[in-house]
Amino acid sequence: MKALANRSLLAGCLITGLVALMALVSFLWTPYDVTKLVVADRTQAPSLIHWFGTDHFGRDIASMIMVGARNSIAVALVAVGIGMGIGVPLGLFAAARGGLADEALMRLNDLVFAFPALLSAIMITAIFGPGAINAIIAIGIFNVPVFARVARAGALSVWPREFILAARAAGKSQTLITVEHILPNIANQLLVQGTIQFALGILAEAGLSYLGLGAQPPMPSWGRMLFDAQTRMTVAPWMALFPGMAIVITVLGLNLLGDGIADLLDPKSRRRR
Amino acid sequence: MTAYLAKRLAIAAITLALASVVVFAMLEIVPGDPARVMLGMNASETQVAQLRQQMGLDGGPVQRYLHWAGNLLSLDFGRSYTYSVPVIDLVTERLAVSLPLALIALALSTAIAIPVGLYAASRRGKTGDVISMGAAQLGVAVPNFWFALLLVYLFAVWLRWLPAGGFPGWGAGIWPALKALLLPALALALPQAAILARVTRSALVDVLSEDYIRTARAKGMPWRRVLWGHALRNALIPVVTIMGLQFAFLLAGTIIIENVFYLPGLGRLIFQAITQRDLIVVESVVMLLVATVIAVNLIVDLSYALVDPRLRSRA
Repeated sequence: MKALANRSLLAGCLITGLVALMALVSFLWTPYDVTKLVVADRTQAPSLIHWFGTDHFGRDIASMIMVGARNSIAVALVAVGIGMGIGVPLGLFAAARGGLADEALMRLNDLVFAFPALLSAIMITAIFGPGAINAIIAIGIFNVPVFARVARAGALSVWPREFILAARAAGKSQTLITVEHILPNIANQLLVQGTIQFALGILAEAGLSYLGLGAQPPMPSWGRMLFDAQTRMTVAPWMALFPGMAIVITVLGLNLLGDGIADLLDPKSRRRR
Repeated sequence: MTAYLAKRLAIAAITLALASVVVFAMLEIVPGDPARVMLGMNASETQVAQLRQQMGLDGGPVQRYLHWAGNLLSLDFGRSYTYSVPVIDLVTERLAVSLPLALIALALSTAIAIPVGLYAASRRGKTGDVISMGAAQLGVAVPNFWFALLLVYLFAVWLRWLPAGGFPGWGAGIWPALKALLLPALALALPQAAILARVTRSALVDVLSEDYIRTARAKGMPWRRVLWGHALRNALIPVVTIMGLQFAFLLAGTIIIENVFYLPGLGRLIFQAITQRDLIVVESVVMLLVATVIAVNLIVDLSYALVDPRLRSRA
């Protein structure tokens, strides 16, 4: 079973690495300029010249997918950063203090979970205007309670352990114990949750930009490309096929990576898979 | 049990009250005068003043919140500015599309996920397990709106079996209406089914290693009965929890899916209301969706307290 776990880790690393590489390369080189409209080349089927075909403005879809990867990764990554940056300290604080602080955090969690994330993201972007930054904030806010919950649950299971008791007996403060002992012990769980939220962020960003609330044109985004493809399914199905596959492959890669890390770190989880 | 019930109800009520404050505050921070935003720059001062009065914008924030929340409690959601009808009428009309859509999706997702999860768990480690869980892994990664586009291409454009979008209304007969909801429901259901199948399998694998399963097997009970009668029943708690959570996803998912299929449901209503800045509709529909999510979570909590007496005492 260990080989299987490693296989999923390997596949996850490989796919995620390739997508990240594609996004990085797009800063330096893309097969075609994604801002250049070539009306004569519009809705061309995939060929050796345009691997994934062209869209209704004659833009090369492969190039747009490369640049779109940048946008998706950036939005999801920063949203995970926001979630971790705020959620983890909150969760650690609640676990360390307990009592009222803990109860307040749990109620806050209930509150945020009552709002379906996409609904709130749509509201936030609608109120503050569409754009990549607001999409990041909207997705980021909903990562906060997720990380708070994971950090709290992880920390609560570490606090009763003996080495923590030893640290307390040595006169270390709650903050110091949290930073020196609790955090390193829950880092793995946070990493696994991070890859899951990263994948969900990619899906959420695609959904928001499909609705026109994410990155704005001329910046290509995978969701927006699917929106443009929708009314042209009969004449240019490749316009929908390739950006969708890009999303699926990226999310699949991240999920495999998360599963692989979880299996590697927690032998118990391997049994269930 | 009474104490557990009271605690859960109190938490739900507090969450609902806090949620109403959040929704109210969110629309308070819309830049500019909401009445002016809704009416556009060409509206006359009288029109703006009228709408301000209708929206109860003239008092202080606390007074306005209490007025709004009080109206919500008596199911008075106000009047939609763009549609010029009471919001409650709009909501009832749209629910006739969204509720069946979400329920069909939930039914489809369960009908796919439970057998797949059962199959995979009972074939653990074998080819059938690897293939079905591989498919589930893929299903989790598929954005529902992309899957919707593929379904439209296959069943509407290519095979011409089902409509590509629109809704004829229940007045046109049950079959045409169901046909219009089938593809959207399938698009909503697939990614949820993939998640649910994984959860079902994982819960079953845990249960199947329990002693009582070995006992049941040892006394010669047929495998099928062990699986359905003992294992599935005991694995249901995580499955039901995820189903409850999924209901919220399904509701939110209708916003995108109803847009893909041009369905006149609640999701499309809220999206249109947001783009048209019909804040009265936005406030009410968001509150309604949030209240539904809280209610479903409450029901899930209570339902597994009924299933598992240990949870009651722990509360």
